[in-house]
Formats: sequence, structure tokens, C-alpha cells
Amino acid sequence: MSEYRLEMRGVCKSFPGVKALDHAQLCLRPGKVHALMGENGAGKSTLMKCMFGIYKMDEGEIIYEGQKVNIRSPLEAREMGISMVHQELQPIPARTVGENIFLGRYPMKKLLGVIPVVDHDKMYKDTDELLKKVRMNFDSRQMLGELSVSQMQSVEIAKAVASNCKVLILDEPTSSLTANEVEALFRIIEDLKADGVSIVYISHKMDEILRISDEVTIMRDGKYIGTWDAKELTTDFIISQMVGRELTNLYPERHNVPEETVFEVENFTSINPKSFRNVSFGVRKGEILGVAGLVGAQRTELMEGLFGIRSHTTGTIRYRGKECTINRPKDAIDQGIAMLTEDRRATGILGVLSVADNISVASLKKYLTGGIMIDDKKVENLVQENVRKMNIKTPSSKTQIQSLSGGNQQKVLIGRWLANSPDVLILDEPTRGIDVGAKYEIYCIIEELARAGKSIIMISSEMAELIGMSDRIMVMCDGRVTGFIDGKDATQENIMELATQFAAV
Amino acid sequence: MKTKKSIPQVIWAYIKGNPIVVMMVLLSLIVGCTIPNFFSLTNLNVLLGNTTIRFLIALGVSGCLITKGTDLSAGRQAALAATLTGVLVQRADYVGRLFSWTPEMNMWVVLLIVLAVGTIIGLVTGVIISYLNVPPFIATLGIQTIVYGINLIYTNAQPIGGFSQSFKDFFNWKFLSIGKFAGFSGYILFALFFGVLFWFLYNKTVHGKYMYAIGGNENAAEVSGVNVRVKKTTIYMIAGFMYAFAGFLMTGKSGGASASMGVSYELEAIAGCTIGGVSTTGGIGTVGGILVGVLVFELLKIILQFVGADPNFNYIVQGLVVITAVAMDIRKYVAKK
Repeated sequence: MSEYRLEMRGVCKSFPGVKALDHAQLCLRPGKVHALMGENGAGKSTLMKCMFGIYKMDEGEIIYEGQKVNIRSPLEAREMGISMVHQELQPIPARTVGENIFLGRYPMKKLLGVIPVVDHDKMYKDTDELLKKVRMNFDSRQMLGELSVSQMQSVEIAKAVASNCKVLILDEPTSSLTANEVEALFRIIEDLKADGVSIVYISHKMDEILRISDEVTIMRDGKYIGTWDAKELTTDFIISQMVGRELTNLYPERHNVPEETVFEVENFTSINPKSFRNVSFGVRKGEILGVAGLVGAQRTELMEGLFGIRSHTTGTIRYRGKECTINRPKDAIDQGIAMLTEDRRATGILGVLSVADNISVASLKKYLTGGIMIDDKKVENLVQENVRKMNIKTPSSKTQIQSLSGGNQQKVLIGRWLANSPDVLILDEPTRGIDVGAKYEIYCIIEELARAGKSIIMISSEMAELIGMSDRIMVMCDGRVTGFIDGKDATQENIMELATQFAAV
Repeated sequence: MKTKKSIPQVIWAYIKGNPIVVMMVLLSLIVGCTIPNFFSLTNLNVLLGNTTIRFLIALGVSGCLITKGTDLSAGRQAALAATLTGVLVQRADYVGRLFSWTPEMNMWVVLLIVLAVGTIIGLVTGVIISYLNVPPFIATLGIQTIVYGINLIYTNAQPIGGFSQSFKDFFNWKFLSIGKFAGFSGYILFALFFGVLFWFLYNKTVHGKYMYAIGGNENAAEVSGVNVRVKKTTIYMIAGFMYAFAGFLMTGKSGGASASMGVSYELEAIAGCTIGGVSTTGGIGTVGGILVGVLVFELLKIILQFVGADPNFNYIVQGLVVITAVAMDIRKYVAKK
């Protein structure tokens, strides 16, 4: 019997035109948290999908509990005791918590001794027990759609551990959680560790990795770089291994100079009484205003309200002293406002369309000749200019945007907005799900824009990012603005204090 | 990673991507070599004539499909335009004249009226879909039966004939007569005209780009400043316009009109689009593909006719082809995972 519960060795996997995995390797010990790290596109998810039976490996082997195994489908993986919590949750909101957890393997009973039906009582009883195991005490008969994102995440974990799980894969589990919820998740992980479960933990957040993991494996360009004991590692070392070069600074030096206030919001209130209310703030020319708050603080809702995606009842928006009426995104765009939305896939990219179509869609009228015909050459120039300026990696301007990595998609979307030369840019989680190298590039772009006199409003759930990039930080809690902190004085503590002012959590 | 493909590679890629088109070409070659008169100019004229009408309807419905909608009322709308055309171009001295109170009208004025009516029906459909948020499938199903009802009522469910001489002359005009072959019907040129127009509309204008953007991701398009409601309404208006134009041609081509025309033309149009590569998941579709799809479908009908199949079998074969086409289309996306 080997010391490992599961070993993957020499794993290769190619997709048309790309070698996604090139002799990748991962060895998991029982009762340990193993962090798997690498930039986006390094092959982490692909490797996990091979383990979970979603992809078939071209080469390589998996040894599970001392035996060579062949995992052909997620169902087989689950039967063996391997479970995965995906980065994107796949809940069925209109069904109950219990039904979501037992989907596909409902406990059955025989009605009148012959007709097989779902045993609802047993299902909900088992669900309650499972929820207790993951330290969640909500009703198993509640509709999943009524839960918050973090509660849904807990349900997913409960679902994963429901079936005698020995290996649990957590792919970016904390990307939508608040600090408190992260703590709750970590307690669950500790419990699972004590039960001897091997946990694969994929995350971009260094502090979490260093806190929670026992071992770290780093990948780069589909290759195995190495495995280290987590105690020996530092953030700098991990990053240098992931990127393959030294990154001296996480954030660029800022040279932007905030001038007079140009964009003002007064007494802005949503039509939804639970959402943002009585919000007033101003942004200066050339300023980066960070927006902090916990999940549920209604930051995104506020910004989408300002941009006309959501409706408001009262409130005025003034740009350079002039009042603007914004009822739909088009109105905001016409006023020189741009907004990079939070959910790239839902409200950002036009998946099946080309990079060129994606980058030009918000500014098409600029490329007309004779008032009616789009000049493809002008669009191509726009693409090339952005590719050069932002270092976008794409095979060509005709490539479908969905085949690019998250960071490159994000750059294309930034390019889309910059094509309109807006004066006010609202960036909602601009670096979510983006790897370290690309993050730095995006920070540089943001700094450059501020230096060019644009007003930037940046929502982020990463405290370090807000502190590192903002001239001022506006903190929200429960739909209200609870205060402003100067970027130089900001600390995790004073932000958290304001963010939890109404003790809504 | 960009590599120039050699010509055989391009051909092979097309064969792999469009098995139905390839199958149909092979089938017509076999039929053509075994049955005389299949490869004749007269037969080609019939094929192109039928294709023209379906192509115009398919162009109309393609906008709906590309934006993840559909239009089940296309055939009935075309029929309404057909009867309206018939009623308005009736000779002043024709005994069975339906609108006896109107003067005999110039056929181009008639065309304008018919197109206006079609566009208005499209506007109504578009408003129902965009502003009342009724799913396109249901909205156009409703419009389908409403339009059919109107058509039956005002024509008293009677066939319409007795058209003015100028109208008949226009549709009898032919070009490129060679020897015994009298030439191609003039109205085929409309297919060419609208083909070019739609290619321009879809590839070179803001309207086209916005249409693909809505199909690609409606929410993202709205956030990018596209007025999705207005744009969708416009798309259904253009569709209504095209059905009306097709209806006008249907009356001219057959020399008569009745409310029972155009049955299931929308399904043929949707089938043609799908065979031609318009994706049922939105955002994808080209004018050239639509033309090929419609041609293939019409070719299939003529082949069945030539091999002497019972016309009622046509429906079964056509249904199978459509399902196969969509199944293969979906497979392209599933396989990429």
C-alpha cells in the first residue's frame, strides 16, 4: 500500500491545437489538503476533469488506493469516492435543497410493495444530517433558489460529501464567499480532513492557500513544476513558480492625480426596498474609487442601477454638473459611462462571436462609412490596436471569444469599453477568476486610464486589491454607504468595521 | 497557430461539416444519370422558382432564428399577402371581383400595400415578443392562427383569380431563352437581389452586428448599449416584409391565390436555415448557408418527384432530413466539450 490515496502520473491531454496537459502529476495523501496552483490555462481544471472522468486522458495513469484505475465518467468517479465541487455551481433553483443533493440517486421505496417511488421522508432526513455535517442549519425542504450563493455552495459541498467521499475536489470554492463564509468553509474542510478525506483545493487566493493547505503542487503550461510542503512556501515563491519569472510587485505604482469631482450621485435608491438606498457619492477626474463590502451589500446592484441595467426610484446622477437621465445601458453609454460587469459569461462576452465582433459591439457606429456600411478595416485596426496595447493573446481577430482564457476575455471586454473613450469606468470585480500575471496587466491598464484622467469606480471582494489600487474606498453594508476611507489609511480592519456596521451577517 | 489550409483540406472540411448537402448533391447526380430530363433547364427553372419563394421566407425567418427566436406564422403570413395581392390585382371587369369598390390598381402599388401590411403584422408580432415578453414560439403560433382566420374571413375561403394583364405579363417574362428552352422566370432575380441585400445587411451594417450580438448573448448585448427590444421588433418587421414579398410572388407564380396556400412553408424555411448552418442555439448563420439549405431542400422534393415517390412520402422524408440536420448541428457543439 502506498502512502498516497490517489496518484496521477504522466498525464497528457491534447485538444485540437493545444497541449493542455504535458506529463502532469498529482499525488494526494489521506487527510490532507492539497493545493493545486497555476495561472489560468495552466491545466488545473483539465487535470481535475481527467480525474473526475469528464475528459479521457491521452496518456498517463491514475492509481487509486494502490490500484490502477480507469475512470470513464463522473458517475464512476463518484462511485469510487471521488467528488468535485465545480467552480460554476449547477443548482436547480426551483427544487428543494434535499432534491438537489440527492439528484440522480434518490432514496427509493416500494409503494404497495411494487411501485417504486421516491422516499421523500428518508431523503429529507438524510439531507438534514448531511447539512449538520457541513455545519449548516437551514431547512432541507427550502427551495434552493431562496438561498444565498454561499449557502448554495454549502449545499454543493454537502452533495459532494454525501456519498462516502474519499477525495474531494474544490475548484475555486471561495470566489463568491464573504470572509465569514470562508471561515465556515474552512471549518468544514477541517472536519473532512479529520475524517481522512483527501482534498484538492484550487484557488487563486494566496492567503487561503497558505492557511489551509498541507501540500502545494504548482503547474505551468500543462506541466508539473513541483510539489512542496505548504509550510516552506511564501507567496513570492509560489507566484514566481507559477509565472515562471519573478514578479516584484503585485500592484503597479500609481501616478494618477485625482482632480475635481466630475461624477456625482445623490440619494440614489432602488425600486427594490431591500436593495441600495440613499446612496450619495462623487468621483474625481483621474481617481480610482474602490467599492468594498460583503456579499449582499448591494454593490453590484448599485452600479448596475447607475448604468441603467436595474431601475431606481429616486436619485440624481450628475456628470460635470449636468444632470443625466439613465434608464437603460444605452443612455449611460451615451453619457460617456462604461461598465465592465461582474459575470463575464452572463453579461459580458458574446460567446460564439469573434473577438472582432466582441470588441466592436458597443462602438459600431464609429466604424461606419457612408453612414450605413461598417468598415471592416477600421474594426480590424481597433482589434490590432487593443491586442498590441493590452497584450491580448488570440490566434486571430476571427477567433471565437469563448475559446480565449478568462484574462484575455476580460481584456477584450475592457477594449470594448475603451473603444467608446468613456470618461467614467465602472469595473465590477475586474480581476475575478483571472491569473496573477494577467491581473497585474489589468491593474496597469486601470492605473493608466486613471492617469489619462478617467474616473474609475472599482468593485472588488479582494481587500488587498482594493487597498493596493484605490485612491479612496467607499464601503457599503446592507444597501447603504457606511463610509469612505482614504486609500493610504485603509486596512482590512477599518474596512471590515464599516462593512459590518449593520451586523447584517 | 494560424495555418493556411490546402484546397483539398478545405473541401474535406466542408464535406465533414455539411454531410446533408454532400448527400443531396450525390443523390441528384445519381438521379440525373439514371432518369432522363432531370438535368434539364426546364427542371432547373422549376427548382429555382420554388427556391426563390422559400429563400425569401427563409431570409425573413433567419433573423428570428439567429436571435434565438422563431416564427411559426411565416407560411400563413405569406398566404395572407398572396390573397391580398390576388384581390388587389383583379381586373376591373372581372365578375368575381372581391373588392369591387376599388379601382384597378397598378401592380407596384399593390406590392407596396402588401408589403406595408406584412410589415405591420411583423411589428405586432415583434411588440408582443419584445414588450409583452411572450416567448416567440407561442407568440408566432398565436399570430399564425389569427392571420389564417383573417385570411379565411375576408376571402370567404374562396380561391381568387382574374388578374390584370400587366400582372400576368410581368410573371410570364423570361430571360436567357436557349433553343427550345423558353428561359428562366424573371422573378427568380428577386432571390438574387434579396440575397445580396441580406448579405450586406447581416455582414456590413450595425443592424446585422446587433442581431448576431443578441443571438450570442442577449444580456451582454443590452449592457453593450444595444436596444434589444427595438432591435428584435425590427427583426420581426423585416421578417413580415419578406413573407409579404414571398406571398406576392406566390400569387404571380401560380396565377391564383387562396387562404390555403403556404401551409408549413415556415417549417420548410426553418428547415432550410438549419440545414444551411443557422444554429438553433443562436448567434450563428450566413446568407450563403441559408441559400444552400433551401436549395437542398427543394432539390430533395424534386428528386422524390422524379423517382416517382408517393407525394405523401415527401413529408416523412423531409421530416427526417430536418431532424438529422439539427442533430448534426448540435453534435458540432457537443463534440467540442
